[in-house]
Amino acid sequence: MNAPAPEYLLELRFPAQANRMVLVRDIVRSAARFCGFDEPATQDIVLAVGEACQNVILHAYEGRGDGPILLDIMDSADRMILRVTDFGPAVAPTVVQPRALHDLRPGGLGTHFIHKLMDTADFTRSPTGVGNVLQMTKKKEPAK
Amino acid sequence: MTEAIREVNGNLVVTLTGEIDLDRAPAVRRQLLDCVKRQQDVLVDLSAVTYIDSSGIASLVEALQWAKRRGSDLRLVAVSPQALRVFELARLDKVFSIHPTIDAALAAAG
Repeated sequence: MNAPAPEYLLELRFPAQANRMVLVRDIVRSAARFCGFDEPATQDIVLAVGEACQNVILHAYEGRGDGPILLDIMDSADRMILRVTDFGPAVAPTVVQPRALHDLRPGGLGTHFIHKLMDTADFTRSPTGVGNVLQMTKKKEPAK
Repeated sequence: MTEAIREVNGNLVVTLTGEIDLDRAPAVRRQLLDCVKRQQDVLVDLSAVTYIDSSGIASLVEALQWAKRRGSDLRLVAVSPQALRVFELARLDKVFSIHPTIDAALAAAG
C-alpha cells in the first residue's frame, strides 16, 4: 500500500537570526496542533525545528544573520513533514552528526535531539547545489 | 529580560522564565556565572520555563561545571515538564541534582 500523498501546509521564509526563532516556534506549534498532534508531540516537533534552525544560524551562516531559512511544512494522514533549507556553504557531516553526550557544544547536542525527537531526519545538500536541506518527519499516532 | 534572583538561607535562587533559546541563552549564561562566582550554592527554579533547547541546556551545564570547580553547587528546582523532557533527552537528568521544591533542594544540601 502506498503512503498517502502529503499536502502542502505552509512555506515560511525568515532571516537566520536567533531573535526570530520565538516567532517561528509559535508558527510550528500552531501547525503541529493543526496536524492533530497532542501537546507532548507538538513540543517535540517545536524543539526539533528550533534545533535545526539553530544549526543553520550557527553553522551554515556562522552567526552572520544575513541568510534566509526556508521552512516547508507538509501534512498527510499519517505524518507531518518539515523541511529546513539554507543557502549557506556545505556543512561538513561531522558538524551535524550527533556528538557524544558529554561533549556539550550546541550543534552536536541539537542534532542528537533532532534524531531522538523525530521519526526520520535526513541531512542532504540542496539539489540546486547551493545550501543544505534537513527533512524531518513525525508520524501520527493511529486513531484510537 | 532580567531573571529574578533572591537569597534563601545563604543560597542564591535564580528563577528562569519563558523560552530559553539561542537568543536568550547568552544572558542566562552570564547571569548564572555571575551567581556561581559569588561562591554560594545556586538553586535554579525552572518551574516557569516553557521552552529550553540545547543552547539553554549548555548554559546550565557550564554554570554547573563552574560551580563544582569552585567548590559550590548548582541544583535545579521544580523543573517544568518541557524542560525535564530536554534534560532526559540529553541524559542530564542524572548529572544535575533535581528537586521538586526549594525546601527539598535546601535539605539536600545538608
